[in-house]
Amino acid sequence: MALLEVRNLGIAFGGLHAVDKFAVSIEKGQLFGLIGPNGAGKTTIFNLLTGVYQPTEGEIVLDGKSIVGQKPAMINKAGIARTFQNIRLFKDMTVLDNVKVALHNQVKYSALTGVLRLPAYFKQERVMNEKALSLLKIFDLDGEADQPASSLPYGKQRKLEIARALATDPKLLLLDEPAAGMNPNETAELMEIVRLVRDRFGIAILLIEHDMSFVMGLCERIVVLDYGRVIAEGDPEAVRTDPKVIAAYLGGEA
Amino acid sequence: MKIKSLNPNFRRSLVTYGIVAAAFIFIQILSGAGLLTSSLSGQLVPICAYVIMAISLNLTVGILGELSLGHAGFMSVGAFMGAFVSVCIKDALPGWLTLALALLAGTAAAAVVGVLIGIPVLRLQGDYLAIVTLAFGEIIKNLLNSFYIGRDAAGFHISFQDAPSLNLDETGEIIINGAQGITGMPRSASFTLGVVLILITLFVVQNLVDSRTGRAVMSIRDNRIAAESVGINITKYKMIAFTVSAALAGLAGSMYAHNFSTLVARKFDYNTSILVLVFIVVGGLGNIRGSVIAAAALTVLPELLRGFSDYRMLVYAVVLIVMMLFNQSPQIAAWRRKWAAKLKSRKPDGKKPDGKEA
Repeated sequence: MALLEVRNLGIAFGGLHAVDKFAVSIEKGQLFGLIGPNGAGKTTIFNLLTGVYQPTEGEIVLDGKSIVGQKPAMINKAGIARTFQNIRLFKDMTVLDNVKVALHNQVKYSALTGVLRLPAYFKQERVMNEKALSLLKIFDLDGEADQPASSLPYGKQRKLEIARALATDPKLLLLDEPAAGMNPNETAELMEIVRLVRDRFGIAILLIEHDMSFVMGLCERIVVLDYGRVIAEGDPEAVRTDPKVIAAYLGGEA
Repeated sequence: MKIKSLNPNFRRSLVTYGIVAAAFIFIQILSGAGLLTSSLSGQLVPICAYVIMAISLNLTVGILGELSLGHAGFMSVGAFMGAFVSVCIKDALPGWLTLALALLAGTAAAAVVGVLIGIPVLRLQGDYLAIVTLAFGEIIKNLLNSFYIGRDAAGFHISFQDAPSLNLDETGEIIINGAQGITGMPRSASFTLGVVLILITLFVVQNLVDSRTGRAVMSIRDNRIAAESVGINITKYKMIAFTVSAALAGLAGSMYAHNFSTLVARKFDYNTSILVLVFIVVGGLGNIRGSVIAAAALTVLPELLRGFSDYRMLVYAVVLIVMMLFNQSPQIAAWRRKWAAKLKSRKPDGKKPDGKEA
């Protein structure tokens, strides 16, 4: 049984079928790429998987349980975390607090415990700080823990988003253009980090990316989308040489 | 590093408690030396009430990030509930217990109304939410304006028409008399009580903000979609913030009521809501200490500048605009940063700037 099973997934906005008959099967610990030209429906699929949009048809099964129709917060609890194409950090909060927000469902105490400063507050806050700092360390952000998130340079903001998503202890991590706006050095470093994250946390990662060397170098399997439909799926080599994929990217008849 | 990351919030809270305590001692000394004018000493309890109002509204506007224009409504619920309880039980119980129960009742009543209003209102966002809270504030005021309750041997009688329709027998007395309000509360609120309640409010709000709950609330303010994506239950945390905010406004109202022998609903109108909003904008959205200082300063100043009192609302408007520019304008923000950097480099004691001041 695969970790994530998506079958016949579709969503229509009015008459436009933004995603149609999408299917994918992702194994535990797999690095999976989702590529396609602009407007192919990649981010829409992320929004469907995380409950931001409700599909008009199809099934999404995570770890044997259907998650269709659930709210984003519930889907995150079920084990899917994501980053955003246009960065969505909690910008007026510190870098550390951004990660601590995401530990919300991992390390708990009640509102009353917090207000009254009961012993559990100090204990759990210490656990949270340790967990958050160790995550930040992976992304080399621990030095900026006390800075407001908005003061970070762009590349580090992207990394903080990944750290924040990981803090929710997901089984599947969705990365929406993680390398966008990064220079080649940062991209290379990010590749290492993504591999490291997969190895250390043993989670599956599905990523959207336009940087082909990034996708081809990193992903074990790739699915290609065009006009909302899957046009190819396979390992990087097979996808790279697929005439339909080349046609979709370069134009012309397949 | 680990300890430091916990400390700044705690240190900031301590300074705020300290400022309140210092102000209390200062006023007590002035008062002991007979240097307070009678008009100013009469303002002390209302100032405390407004400080609590400002702290509590800041929880909704600054921390949760939703503009509420009807905060005076919750204050009036607390004020009337507290006054009502006091009038009913003052003959049977000792004064301190009456006051404590009245404060609790006012707080609880405002919390309940907060939940009831929060359920429809918090489904909205931004401007729509602001408009609806404004409407609810006015609805509460108008309801209280036409609310009659009396007591006789048979128990309580309620009417929304007029006093005679209460049908009280000859032993009956009217407790809340529509637009004429409520009379006969014991004037038991004191400056000391006010300061204690401010400290309690600060304790609740500052501890709440610097906790798991507070972070969840702030994450909704900063980015609702991202907050959902990390598993935050948006509705729940909006509700918690809004209810605590309403409850504390009720506490302020209940104390406020015990400073007067008569209380009318007209007092808690749109202008009062806006006044409190001005306090928190001047003090800085999300800045609890700023709310305390601004609320106190802007209540005292008109007293000190009596001759200007006709122009008070004009001054408020100007101050509001100037502060918005000062807080938000990119040019002025850059200018402030430049000066902050200059000031920091002047004292080279190796102290690292710890990010933003709250």
